[in-house]
Amino acid sequence: MSGAQHLERVAAARGPLVEAEAVPSAPAAELAGWGRLAVPGREVLTENLELTTAGAALSRGLGRSYGDSSLPASPEDKVVGTRLANRILSFDEASGVLRAEAGLSLAEMNRLFIPRGWFTPVTPGTKFVTLGGMVASDVHGKNHHVDGCFGAHVRSLRMRLADDSIVECSPTQDPDLFYGTIGGMGLLGHVLEVECVLKRISSPWLWMESERVGGLDEFLASLQRAAHGFPMSMGWIDCLSRGRRMGRGIMMAGRWATPEEAPPAAPALAKKITFPVVLPNFALNPVTASLFNTAYYWKHLRRKAAGLVAPDPFFYPLDAILDWNRAYGSRGFTQYQCVLPRAAGAPAVREFMQLLTKLGGASPLCVIKDCGPEGKGVLSFPLEGTSIAVDMAVAPGLQGIIDNLNEFVIAAKGRIYLTKDRFTRADHFEAMEPRLPAFMALREKWDPKRRLRSAQSKRLFGDTA
Amino acid sequence: MKSIVFGGTSGMGRAVARRLVERGDAVFLLANDEAELQRSAADLKAHSPTQAEVGYAVCDLAKPEGFAAALDAADAALGGFDAVVVTAAIFASQEALEADIELCRKLVTFDYAHTLVFCEHARKRLLARGGGWLTVFSSVAGDRGRKPVAIYGSAKAGLSIYLEAMDHKYHAAGLNVLCVKPGFVKTAMTAGLKPPPFAGEPDQVARDVVRAMDKRKSVIYTPGMWRLVMLVIRALPRFVMRKIGF
Repeated sequence: MSGAQHLERVAAARGPLVEAEAVPSAPAAELAGWGRLAVPGREVLTENLELTTAGAALSRGLGRSYGDSSLPASPEDKVVGTRLANRILSFDEASGVLRAEAGLSLAEMNRLFIPRGWFTPVTPGTKFVTLGGMVASDVHGKNHHVDGCFGAHVRSLRMRLADDSIVECSPTQDPDLFYGTIGGMGLLGHVLEVECVLKRISSPWLWMESERVGGLDEFLASLQRAAHGFPMSMGWIDCLSRGRRMGRGIMMAGRWATPEEAPPAAPALAKKITFPVVLPNFALNPVTASLFNTAYYWKHLRRKAAGLVAPDPFFYPLDAILDWNRAYGSRGFTQYQCVLPRAAGAPAVREFMQLLTKLGGASPLCVIKDCGPEGKGVLSFPLEGTSIAVDMAVAPGLQGIIDNLNEFVIAAKGRIYLTKDRFTRADHFEAMEPRLPAFMALREKWDPKRRLRSAQSKRLFGDTA
Repeated sequence: MKSIVFGGTSGMGRAVARRLVERGDAVFLLANDEAELQRSAADLKAHSPTQAEVGYAVCDLAKPEGFAAALDAADAALGGFDAVVVTAAIFASQEALEADIELCRKLVTFDYAHTLVFCEHARKRLLARGGGWLTVFSSVAGDRGRKPVAIYGSAKAGLSIYLEAMDHKYHAAGLNVLCVKPGFVKTAMTAGLKPPPFAGEPDQVARDVVRAMDKRKSVIYTPGMWRLVMLVIRALPRFVMRKIGF
C-alpha cells in the first residue's frame, strides 16, 4: 500500500481528507509588451545567449516594444530573455568602439559611460532597452535628422542563425544579413553581441531650448527651424484641441552643453517613482486627457525658455515614473507611430491630425519629430519627413481607427513603426511597405523554414504558428 | 579592499564583483569556466573607473583539490587579499533532486562539503594576516525545512550554521564572517521558477551585500523583506508547514 493510499484510508476513517498538497496551480504564464496586452508564453532568462538561443524562435530584451514584436507566435515557442546577458566585452577609450552582449541595457551604458564623456550615438525615448533591441528596432531619436538611426553606428553583429550556426556579420561581411537584421525585428537571427561606436560628449549636461507654439503650421515651421539649428529636436502636440488651437504644443531642441556652460558637478540621480497601481480603465478618458493636455501646455508659462538639463529628463522624461503604462489600466494600450514623407508636406500632417481628432483616438501622449533621410536597414522605420506618435487606449473602436489612419498613411506614401504596432492588418502593411518583398527574400535565404517568428510576424507576414 | 570572488562570472557574484570594481576595489575572479572568466574579466575592466585589468583563475567547486592553488594564484596576483566572497553553488528543483540520487549527492557535496572546504582554505589565509572578510552566500532556504527546497535547503542550513560558528569563534581575531541569505532573486539560476512576491534583482543584492561588508555585519537577508518573511516562516507550527506548499 502506498503512502498516499494509507493517508486516504486514515482520513476516510476520520472524515473529509485535508489535501496536504493543495497548492493552487500557477496561472498560465503570460508575456506582454509595453502596451500590456498579454499572450500565453514564457521567456527563458539566460546569461549565456550562445547556449540558450539554440532552437529558439525569438529573442526578447526588456519588453519595451509596445505591441507584439517581442511576443511568441505560439505558446510553445522558445523565447529567450536576454537581459541577464549583459557583459561589456571591450571598450576602446580612444575610438569609443564598444562590444557587448546583446542584453546590455542602455540604462547601464548611460550610467557607466556618461561620466566618462561617452554617450550612445542614438537613443530612443526610454533607456530601458537592450542593445539587441536597439538593433532589432533600429531605434531613432531626437537626433535622427543629423545622425540617422542606431544601426548606422553599428560595426558588427554576432548572430545565431535559424540553422543554428553562429556567424559574425557587418557592412562588409554578409551585408544582406547585417542590413536585414538592422530593423529586422529579430526575424533573421538572434543577436548575440553588438559592436557599435559611442559618441564623445562635451559634458554630462544638455542645453535645451523650448517654445510654446499656438498652432500646427507654426509648429511645423518651428520644428524644421529647430532641426536646422540643433542636433536634437522634437515636439509634444496637444492632439485633443480643435479649431484654431489644433496642433498647439511645445517644441523642444537641444545640444550637449560645452564644458564652459556646464556646472562643475555631474547631474544628480533623480529619485525613481513607481506608478503604484493599475488605474481603472475609465481613469484616462477624453475629459481627463484634455485637462492633462491643457495643464501640460500652460505649465510652459513663458513662451520661450532655455537652460541646462540633465540627460535623463531631456531624453527620458517618462522613465522618471517606472511602470507608467499602468495608467492605461488593464485594457492595455498601443502607440500609433507613422512617418509622413516630406513630399506630402505640411498639409498631410494637418490632415492626419484632423483625422486623428475626428476619429477620437487621441490621448495625452503625442510626439512629433522631423526625420532625416532613410537608413540602410531593410525594414528600418524612419524616412525623410515628419514622424507622429500617439498613444491610444484599447477600446472597441480601436481597430477601425487604426485601419483609417493606415489608409491615410498608405495614400500619403508613409509607413508605420513595427516596434509600436499591434493592430495593423497584413494587407495594409503590404500596401505601405514596398521593401517587404526584399525582406521576405532575406528570410527565405537565411531562415527558409521560418523557425524565427513572433506574434507580429504571424500577424503581418503570415507565419504559421 | 582586495577581494576574491568565487562564482563572480554569473548571477549575484557577477553583480557583487561589478560593484566592488566600480568603487575602485581590486578584484580577482574564480569560476569553473575559462571562457566565461575571460569575458567577465573584460566586463569588469570596462566597469572599472580606471580600466584596471582583472585577474582570474579556474576554480571548480567539483574539485576541492584545486582550491588552495586557486587562492594562492589570487594572492599572488592581488599582492595579498583581505576579502573572499563565495557565491558559487549549484541549484536544482526538489523534483529533480528527488528523481536523481546522483544529482542529489552532487548538490549537497558541492553546496555544503566543498563550499565549507573552500571557506576553510580562505579562513586560514585571512587569519594568518590578521583577519578580513569572509562573505558567503547561503540562502533563506536554510532557515527552515520547507517542501520546495528540502534538500538544497538542508545543505544551506549546514553552511549557515558553519558560518555562524566561525563568526562566534574568530570575530575577536578580526575575521568578519558574513552569511548572506538571499531570498528569491531573478537570476539565470532561478529562471525556470515563477518569481514570488518580493523577488529581488542581482544588483540590489550586490548593493546590500557590499554595504553589509562595510558595516561588518554577520548575517544579512536580501532583499530586506525576506527577514520578515522568514521570521514568520520560522514561527509557523509544524502542522501548518505540512499543509502549505511554501
